[in-house]
Amino acid sequence: MKDAFINRKYVIMAVVALAALVLLVRLFIIQVVKDTYRLSADNNVLRYVTQYPARGLIYDRNKRYLVYNQAAYDMMVVPAQVTRIDTATFCKLLEISTSSFRERMNAAISYSRRAPSVFLKQISAETYAGLQEKMFMFPGFYVQPRTLRKYSKPIAAHLLGYVSEVDEGIIRKDPYYKAGDYIGKLGIEEAYEKELRGRRGVKIYLVDVYSRIKGSYADGRLDTTALQGKDIISTIDMDLQEYGEMLMHNKTGSIVALEPKTGEVLTLVSSPNYDPALLVGRVRSENFARLNADTLNLPLFNRAIQAKYPPGSTFKPINGLIGLAEDVITPSTMFGCNNGYLFVGCHSHSSPLDLVHGISNSCNSYFCQTFRRILENPRYGSVSEAYTKWKEYLNEFGFGKKLGIELTNELPGLIPSPAYFDKYYGKNKWKALTVISLAIGQGEIETTPLQMANMTAAIANKGYFYIPHIVRSVGDNESIDKKFLTKQVVNIDTALFGPIIDGMEEAVNGGGGATASVAALKDITVCGKTGTAQNPHGKDHSVFIAFAPKDDPKIAIAVFVENAGFGATYAAPVASLMIEKYLKGEVSNKALEQRMVELKLSAGDKER
Amino acid sequence: MTRNVNIWKRLDKPVILIFLLLVVIGWFNIYAAVYNEEHTRIIDLSQRYGKQFIWILATFVIAVFVVVIDSRFYTFFAWFIYGFVILLLMLVLVLGKEINGARSWFQIGALSLQPSEFAKAGTALALAAYLNSRKLDLSRFRAFVISAGIIILPAILVAIQPDMGSALVYFSLFIVLFREGMSPYIFISAFIMVILFFFTILFNNLYLTVALIVIAFILAWLTSRKWTMVLEGIGIFIASSAVVFLFNRLITKSLEDDQILFIALVLSGLVYGVYFFNKKAISVMVIYIFLVGSLVFVNSVDFAFNRILKPHQKERVEIMLGIKSDPHGTGYNVNQSIISIGSGGFTGKGYLKGTQTKFKFVPAQSTDFIFCTIGEEWGFLGSFSIVSLYVVLLFRLIILAEKQRSLFSKVYGYAVTSILFFHFFINIGMAIGIVPVIGIPLPFLSYGGSSLWGFTILLFIFLRLDASRAEYLI
Repeated sequence: MKDAFINRKYVIMAVVALAALVLLVRLFIIQVVKDTYRLSADNNVLRYVTQYPARGLIYDRNKRYLVYNQAAYDMMVVPAQVTRIDTATFCKLLEISTSSFRERMNAAISYSRRAPSVFLKQISAETYAGLQEKMFMFPGFYVQPRTLRKYSKPIAAHLLGYVSEVDEGIIRKDPYYKAGDYIGKLGIEEAYEKELRGRRGVKIYLVDVYSRIKGSYADGRLDTTALQGKDIISTIDMDLQEYGEMLMHNKTGSIVALEPKTGEVLTLVSSPNYDPALLVGRVRSENFARLNADTLNLPLFNRAIQAKYPPGSTFKPINGLIGLAEDVITPSTMFGCNNGYLFVGCHSHSSPLDLVHGISNSCNSYFCQTFRRILENPRYGSVSEAYTKWKEYLNEFGFGKKLGIELTNELPGLIPSPAYFDKYYGKNKWKALTVISLAIGQGEIETTPLQMANMTAAIANKGYFYIPHIVRSVGDNESIDKKFLTKQVVNIDTALFGPIIDGMEEAVNGGGGATASVAALKDITVCGKTGTAQNPHGKDHSVFIAFAPKDDPKIAIAVFVENAGFGATYAAPVASLMIEKYLKGEVSNKALEQRMVELKLSAGDKER
Repeated sequence: MTRNVNIWKRLDKPVILIFLLLVVIGWFNIYAAVYNEEHTRIIDLSQRYGKQFIWILATFVIAVFVVVIDSRFYTFFAWFIYGFVILLLMLVLVLGKEINGARSWFQIGALSLQPSEFAKAGTALALAAYLNSRKLDLSRFRAFVISAGIIILPAILVAIQPDMGSALVYFSLFIVLFREGMSPYIFISAFIMVILFFFTILFNNLYLTVALIVIAFILAWLTSRKWTMVLEGIGIFIASSAVVFLFNRLITKSLEDDQILFIALVLSGLVYGVYFFNKKAISVMVIYIFLVGSLVFVNSVDFAFNRILKPHQKERVEIMLGIKSDPHGTGYNVNQSIISIGSGGFTGKGYLKGTQTKFKFVPAQSTDFIFCTIGEEWGFLGSFSIVSLYVVLLFRLIILAEKQRSLFSKVYGYAVTSILFFHFFINIGMAIGIVPVIGIPLPFLSYGGSSLWGFTILLFIFLRLDASRAEYLI
């Protein structure tokens, strides 16, 4: 049979071959050449579920909980899986309105229909309890456990700081953080964020097209477990902190108590303060805004490390000490006082006085003359040079610079440089008398309560201190930054501290002329010094520094009560109560305690 | 003239081997596609792989049955079988069970049968019978129309169900007509029509009309090489356009620009007719007729696309053409399919380790998208092997068809080849996104009793005919 079209079989074969070639080329491209499809495939089926670690706990110095964790739940949603649900019931259980439900749902949808996103943050354990057994009614929703902070007592807000969710800025700066992470802000939470946060883990699940979890990926070999944050043992004495806050209730000011031998902060009170629980969970941002807006009481302002107080007469011991160190006076140097020195007034007391009694009587005249001798020391070519020397001593004690406590918002205070006065008065135009108010802790100097407490500790230690710190150890054995364990020695002979300490002892226990006898305690030798810091904005601030016991100092304290008047009236009793509370655990003078607690002197009241 | 030979020994071994391979590979991949931890038993009748196991056993019985029957049965009853399947296709439109909006299935107890799968073999037989019945010259109009009618009748019936994918399969039988002498111009015209079809959807009608007219004038110049004639033609066209334009401005006011051009073209055609007749410029006349035909086609496609096609069908075409991209909508299937095949890489993820198919990212993965499972779990090596198996099968079938002494067997062999080729290319092509999603199964691999049985019958009738090559001289 003749076939005229026999050659057409080749055409057909060629078509088949060509078609197969087209398929194979395309297959080769998508399967071998491009790897984008593999990535898409992974994105399709792998769901990375973050395992949030529990944040480390914070203990006080006696290993009692200051901060621990409570469970909270983030309600997550995968919009694509949400079928017809009883919205009304759901909203009621979650305690949200239906319009809020719609808003949140739209937000989640605009983020992604298939990927999970947070629907409602930080549902309390109580709300979740009611919800838990009904979750099956709401497909597409699931809860992700988180931990929130809980405080055993409503104290130490400034010390502890708070925890908030990371914002865009943080995420951009630190690649560790991802949206939805928490981060410590201020206080120990911020200072020890790296230790407290632990390490996030991730569990990789396989999900099907409906985002249903079908098991773990690669048998969990690629999962990382969340590593719980390390616990922090702080130096704070919880009872003393609570007691200090109670004493400072309705007053504006600060208490800083240190353990002189270690530099450990026993108490750090800034008043007015707030309950740290206000800054936890969903109410945080609202409360934060409210606290932040309170410009009258400034509850977020940490006076202990940020306030700029003139120290007033509490500065006299150190000026006396510098006088001794510079050899311009001796303990037996006597200065007369006729109700003052030149234009600096003084109260009436016996005259003339030696150094010890100059301190105990808080004689302005004595320290003006001492300060004048310091600045007019013939050893130096000029007042400016002598002043520089004086400033060096103060810097060694930690004034005019940040001490370096872990709290990031610490301020340095101010000890003006000679250049400052040069600028103000003209070079070499200023003399000792020009800046004489520095002698009695007034004028241009600014100190923080922490710096004053630190100076007190250095005096108690007779010439050294440790940088104040609020954390003893990370976990049980991991030690803290070496700088806190390094002795800071002041360049003043130990022997010279004797008369200064004696003067402070006399000020409290000295009988006639003693300015701080209100602070005296039975069985405990308290050494202290009152101060009344002039305040251009209103009534003087009441200041008191003290340490005790004299022979083996266990506590050094600085107390500032704003707009309260004489140091002896308010700050001294507070310091005394604190010392007794710390050393004995009990306060004997209940009447004084009650008077101090009930006293109302908050900033809002100052006009009365 | 009859010789007694053992039919079983004469069945073509390579084809049977490939058939068995494909069926077994198919079953393993259906198992993989629906595999989950809850149903791991190999034979589980609640699962598709369990059912497919039954279909496979049954298909072996059917194959034996087909081979046992005397080959003269097929030649003798070809028309009867064709009539029977056409009847079934008509009945299914009335009695069929509607699934997914299409009446394609007879529900008989637990068994669902899809007559369109069996009608392919019936149509192939009828075509073979017709072409064998007389010395035909397919370049003759009558013979071509009748052959085309045999093919198109079941296609129309299937399209009514509606099952566009299966309907299109019948058009692959034109390959057989081509082999038997049909003018290649029909294919070329069809090709041009397909191109025009896509252009109609892709481009604005006015631009397309203008482009076609310009091409026509260029062609006219190329064939005639007479400047004067072409310029006169252009002048006539511009003049009639101006007339129609003014007419529309003043009186009808509702014509679109492309409609004005079309009417102008028809008007100038009257002038051209006289002109060409005088000059005897037949080739230019042909170009003119082609132009008008193209424009009629373009306009009817435009009308059909926007008025007749269902939105989802329209969308499929649009996604294929890249007009629309919608990874989570209709394009989702193709997108996920490409992702799963692409994620297989060179060597694949390993059997039962495919994540895309296992977690049902790909729809219809045991039926129309079975190739995804192969691509994902066996990688390029697997894809290559499957494509190779089909190519070997198709070449073997062509070789066998060419060996046939009877025209009936040869035509039937080509029909089998054409149908399998169409399924093979379209199915894999849609899974990797180079042809629109036309829901047709991959022969012998896809899940489904009807398609497996249909293909088995189709193939084994040819094997039976081939085996009796030496028996009879028809």
